[in-house]
Order: sequence, then C-alpha cells, then structure tokens
Amino acid sequence: MTGTPRLEMKNISKQYYGNRVLKGVSFSLGRGEVLSLVGENGAGKSTLMNILFGMPVIHATGGFEGEIYLDGEKADIKSPEEAMKLGIGMVHQEFMLLPGFSITENIKLNREITKDSLLSRFFGKPLKWLDMPAMKDDARVSMDAIGLGIDEMLPVKGLPVGHMQFVEIARELDKKNIRLLVLDEPTAVLTESDADKLLEAMKILTDKGISILFISHRLDEVMTASDKIVILRDGEQIAETLPSETSIERIAELMVGRKIESGEMKGRPPSELKDDYILQIRDLSVSMPGERVKGVNLDVKRGEILGIGGLAGQGKIGIANGIMGLFPSGGDVKKNGDPVMLNNTRGSLDNGMAFVSEDRRGTGLLLDDSIEFNIVATAIQVQCKFLTQGKISILDGKGMTEYASKMIRELDIRCTGPGQLTRRLSGGNQQKVCIARAITLEPNLLFVSEPTRGIDIGAKKLILDHLVKLNREEGLTIVMTSSELAELRSICDRIAIVYQGKLEGILLPTDSDRDFGLMMAGEYHKIHRKEAV
Amino acid sequence: MGNGLLNKVGIPRLIISLFLAFLVAAAFSFGLPMGQIFSAMLTRFGMNALLVLAMIPTIQAGAGPNFGLPFGIICGLVGATLAIELDLRGFTALFFAIGVSIPLGAAAGWLYGLLLNRVKGQEMTVGTYMGFSIVSVMCIFWLMAPYKSPEMIWPYGGDGLRVTVVLDGRMEQLLDRFLSFTFYGVRIPTGLLLVTALCCLLLWIFLRTRTGLAMSVVGSNPRFAEASGLSVNKYRMLASIISCAMGAAGIVIYSQSYGFIQLYQAPLYMALYSVSAILIGGASLQRATITQALIGTFLFNGLLVIALPVANVAMDSDISEIMRVIISNGIILYALTRKEVGGDAR
Repeated sequence: MTGTPRLEMKNISKQYYGNRVLKGVSFSLGRGEVLSLVGENGAGKSTLMNILFGMPVIHATGGFEGEIYLDGEKADIKSPEEAMKLGIGMVHQEFMLLPGFSITENIKLNREITKDSLLSRFFGKPLKWLDMPAMKDDARVSMDAIGLGIDEMLPVKGLPVGHMQFVEIARELDKKNIRLLVLDEPTAVLTESDADKLLEAMKILTDKGISILFISHRLDEVMTASDKIVILRDGEQIAETLPSETSIERIAELMVGRKIESGEMKGRPPSELKDDYILQIRDLSVSMPGERVKGVNLDVKRGEILGIGGLAGQGKIGIANGIMGLFPSGGDVKKNGDPVMLNNTRGSLDNGMAFVSEDRRGTGLLLDDSIEFNIVATAIQVQCKFLTQGKISILDGKGMTEYASKMIRELDIRCTGPGQLTRRLSGGNQQKVCIARAITLEPNLLFVSEPTRGIDIGAKKLILDHLVKLNREEGLTIVMTSSELAELRSICDRIAIVYQGKLEGILLPTDSDRDFGLMMAGEYHKIHRKEAV
Repeated sequence: MGNGLLNKVGIPRLIISLFLAFLVAAAFSFGLPMGQIFSAMLTRFGMNALLVLAMIPTIQAGAGPNFGLPFGIICGLVGATLAIELDLRGFTALFFAIGVSIPLGAAAGWLYGLLLNRVKGQEMTVGTYMGFSIVSVMCIFWLMAPYKSPEMIWPYGGDGLRVTVVLDGRMEQLLDRFLSFTFYGVRIPTGLLLVTALCCLLLWIFLRTRTGLAMSVVGSNPRFAEASGLSVNKYRMLASIISCAMGAAGIVIYSQSYGFIQLYQAPLYMALYSVSAILIGGASLQRATITQALIGTFLFNGLLVIALPVANVAMDSDISEIMRVIISNGIILYALTRKEVGGDAR
C-alpha cells in the first residue's frame, strides 16, 4: 500500500434518536485492496454503508459525526447521486434490476449511449435513439471483465440469482469513474461455486485498481478474499486485523463477544430439565421468503425456554411460522407424541400452541382496534371465550374489559385505558399486547419471535422477565427466536443455532463466544472436524 | 379540545351539516311548508337506510364499500316484480317480495364474493364495473322475461317490462303508512322507521357474534386473522352474501315507499349513492359503524330533499339531481384520496 489511501473513514459516529449505533469507527482502504467488514446483524455495518453512500435516512436523522476522505480529498457525500459521481458503486443485497429489461439495458440504465434520430433533430436530446450496438459492446466489456459469459441481450427475468448478482457488479463496473465498490453480502444468495467465481471476479477488479469494501457473514470467504478485516460489534470497532494474523475462530469470538455476567444468565443447567419432549420436529421445511427452513430437526423439552438463534435470513424465523401454519411447510412434527397437522393454523392453536409474531405491526396486531379487543380477539375465535351465554351469544363487553384491565396491570401496559387503539401505543407496549393475546389462549407451548425488536431497553427487560416468570410460575414451555444472542443467552436454557435453513447445533448459554460465533457463521463443524483430524 | 372535536366530527361532515342547516334556515325564511319537507326527509331516510347499512359488512370484512350493490338490488327487483306477476297485494306482496329477494340476493352475493376474492385490492373498481355490467345484462332480462301481468308489461307491444312499474294498490307506502301519525305537521312514517330500527338491531347483534367479530378481524388485518386460524376468503364471501341480500331487501323497501319499481338503468348508480352516504357519515373505506351509516343517510338524503324546494324558490330551477351527482361523486373522490390519520405511513 503506497501513497494516499483510496478511502479513509475517520472517527465515524452516528446516533438515531439518542441511540448510538456507531461509535467512532476509523479505517482506511488502499488502492486495489479488499477490506472486509464483519459483525452480527445490528453491529452497524449497514449504517456505515448508508453514511458512505449518502443515503437520505442518514441526513433525515441528523447526519453523522466524523470525516470521509476519498483519495486524500475530503468528501462530503449528501446523496447517493453524489456518491456515484465520486466513483462509489454499491451492489445491494436485494437485487436492483428491472426484470423485463435485457442485461444490456440494465447495465446501461440511465447512462445509455444515444444517437441522433429524426425527431431529436427537432425536439432535442430526450428523443434521441439508443445506440444498441454500442451499448451491447460496452456491456460485453464489463461482463467479460468479471467472467460472465452469457448473452448480453438476455432478459434479466429468469436468470439464475448468481448471474443477477454478476449483472449488478457489471453495471457498477460500467461506470467509468468507479473507484470504490461496496459489496453488501454478495454471496448470501449464491451457491458455493458461484461464490468462488465472485471472489475471482473481485480479484480481477482489484487488479484494475478498484478498491472493494466487502461485507459478508461467510468467514472463510472473508479470510481468503480480504487484505484487511475490520470487526464491528454494537457499533464499536472491535478490531482491525490482517487475515494472516488471525483465524476464523478468533474473528467469530470477537464478533459475538459480549460480557454477560453468568449471574445475568437465568438458564438452568441441563441436569434440571428432563428428557421429556413436548415437541419433536423432524425434517421441517418452511418456504417463508427470506427465511427458508430446509430440514430442521429439533426437540423441545417440556418446561424449558429454548432459544433459536442465527443470523438474519438463515431460517430461524421460519421455524415458528411454519409450525403455526403461517407459511407452507412440510415435514413431521409431533406434540406430546401425537402428530401435528402442518399448514393448519387453527389446528396448531387448538393443540395448545400460541405464537407471538416477529412482525408485530403486520401480523401481531389489529392496529385500528382497541387494546382489549386485540387481547381477546383470537381467544374469541379459537376458544369461544368472552361471549355471552344463551342462544345467540354476542361479545361480552364487560368480561372483555375486566380481563383486559387485569392483563394491562399484570404486564404493565402503559396506555390511557383498555379502549385505546393499539396503533397509538409504543413498540414495547404493543409487544406486551401481543404477549397478552397469546397467553389469553392459555397455551402450553408458546412461540415468541423477536420479542424485543425495536423496543427500548427498559421495556426489553420487562418483557424478558415476564417470559421467565410465565415459564417458572405457570410451567409454560417457551421457544424464543431472536436475532440478539445476548438476549437469548440471558434467559434461555438451551440455544439452537440455525444456519442455511438447518440446525447447526445446540449450545448452552454458558458456552464460549467463540462457539456461538462459529456456529452462526456455519464454521463450527468444519473447524471441529479439522481439530478431530 | 376544539380541534379534537373537529377531528371527531370530520371536516366534510361539518361542512355538509352546516350546509344542511343553512338550507333548512333558508327554507324556513322562504316560508316553505316545513312539515312536508321534514316528512320527506324522514321518508327518504327510511327508504335508503337499509341500502346504506348494506355497505357495512363488506367494509368491515376489508372488501371496501360494496360497489357491486346493483347485483343485489336487481335480485330485489326480481322479487318485487314476481310479487306483482303473482297478483299479490298488501303485506303478502311485500313479504313475498322480500322473501324471494333475500335468497336471490344471497346467491348473487355468493357469485360476487367469488369474484371479490380473486381481485383483492381492486374490489371497488371491479365492483363498480361488475354492477354496471349486470345492470345492462338485466336490461335484456327485463325485455325477454315472460312476465304477463298487464300492470307491468309495455301497454302497446305486449312483451317485456316497463321502465317504471306503478305499485299503486299493491304495496305502495305500505310500511310508511303503518302506524303513521302526524306530529306538528310532520308525518312520521312509523312502520318504515321501525323496520329500519329492526334492521339496525339485527345487524348490531350480528356484528357482535363470533362470526361478525371474525369478519371484522379479517377486514382489520387479514394476516392477523390467518394467524388466529380464520379463513380470510370465507369471511369476505360471507360479507358479500349478507351485503347483497341486504341490498335486495333494501330495494323492496325503497320501492314500496317510493311507489314505483324502477327497472332497466335505474339501479346503475344506486351503489354510488349508498357509498357516498356512508362515507359522509364518517366511515372510512376500512371501518364503518351503524351510527355512521345512519348519520350519513340522514345528511345525504336530507340535503337532497331540501335542496329542491329551496333552489326552486331561490333560482327558479331544479338542481337537486345535479347536487346529488356532485355530492355523491365528490365525497367518494374525497374518501378515495384521504389518507387515514395516523395511518401506517411511517
């Protein structure tokens, strides 16, 4: 690395509404180098990239602190357009391609090569014709550069995902001034062989002097592809290291490492829980978009709090949704030894299972109905509770209000009264309403997904404490899915880690940071196999 | 506080109420016969109430206001014409007409529900055009159907029904006159109002049964409903059936009060008037209550009743039809463009 670095980020900090999500991150990236950013979900990687790309969300929430230098010049990036002008390209996790257009048209979109037409002579530039042959040639050059050998006139629709990813990269490459390319989890959707090709393509790019910021959860790729690795955790820059000086285990440990006092872990030792299974899951597959489950085997012990963890998109969310019949699923699930009919929400509810959805506002609540109706709505339908006796039974308003008031007290829901619309409640209080609704069904098995997502710390603790209380006092078995490992470790007895739609392994909350990190990155078994040899 | 009240009443309702009050005051100062005007207001309220209440089930089930109401209305017209064809009179005719209308309307609602469940998100547009189409198809039916009653078929040709069938001596104003009395010069159509009240009571009870609540859950949040083990399509279908059956019964009540059965193009815009009435009452495209339906029916029809005589005196012309079109289309346009306060626009 010689001369001024291509990109230098100095002391970058950012807060959203008083919540610090980035705390003084600094690093530099040389010309033609690859720098990998690793960290759990929520570690601050996306925020950092949003800052670099001048996304409106950053400036709408009060901007950021710190400085960015591009090739030694201070860059003040206020919008994605400016970022593009400065030669920063970004390949997003979600494809940003027009399916009905050809590869060439996608690559040259908004930078079309035009030629004069009859109309343009009279009416000016907007009516020029596209110079398709020239555009095709340009597209070909970019595609060849990264080894994408398919016809440049194919429509994007119908291409395999791997190829779409390459088209995105070709598009960035076609921008003549490109200096810095951000790849945000480019390999997440790719097969292993496609991922290898992508890494080769990255090499071609860096040989041309383009610098790459690489974000990935696949630690083996990070180790092979990068010149430098920056590890973020909770918005802090934990370490900056070279691949030669570290190991996958070390990275995993640094990524996850949180100082949780063992006193804060409420989980019980395995000896306290009998091998009496309330739920046995065999080969469960769930086609939930973005959280596909591809054959999970998992046993839930009666009376335990089982955590399901893993990185976003690996399928942990799909498990509970599949068992509750919200997404098409297959496999073999037994409750108390009896088979559970899948794809039948009503059957699952009748079977004593209840679900608090991760999608609080979308699935969990009737936003324009009162708190009291939200709490009882499912119980009315499933168990005919809160209805008056008699030939024509109608809603028992008084009984509903009394019960709801009791729940509001028990769960400490802050509201103006049981009649308040749930839309007007804060996230934490909305979540409490969801939990109240689930326990109104008096389940013996409760699925809770992402119970503390988007909730302030105080409410978080209350909700987790209440779950523990339900478990200890009522003997309710709880399966909690969460992206926050710390929260799983604080209350669960066992934690199952899901990777690529399958169960990677089960850990105890007291197991090491290293093991958690490896399992979440899918490296645990590879490493242990090596160690065994 | 004043702002809160304004929010609660809503600007359009406030404007229309003030306009109505202004027209009443104008009518009074012109020395118009107020007794007659108030009688007409009450009658028109009763005539239209059930047609407006018919909007509630589909709105609550999340299918929006029932723009396909003409489908149900036509079933009611078939029932009413059949009663005359069979030479029935009085309450027999009325009950027969309603008795035939409701199952026919329910069947129509079932068919309409099949359609609605295939076009989620576009119920309003599809419903409107389905209504228009069915009205046109039925124009052929009115011409071709083998009705024989001389009171209904064209006097000269002998084939097909007339545009307007007179109910004189059959069931004209049967409900209006039932237990009717005059109070300070205002004739109260007791029977009509009692039937309206009964319909409201039945609907109120239904909306609070487990089925009714399920329908409301489905409309409020389909994904929540699915997570509670409810079949969204089933309850949307049920709402469509109930709504069309109500529309069928509603038009019989409307016709007996009006004194005529209007065939052919007449049902074309009926849905639009009912939709705008319930929206004026403060309902949204997602939520509606019985109170809103009743307030809306009163405001909308009250305005039409009083606008005619006042305009006659003030401008020497009849603007009530023009007003009806402006108000009904305007309020629908307003409702379609309105973003719910505190909506999900994050």
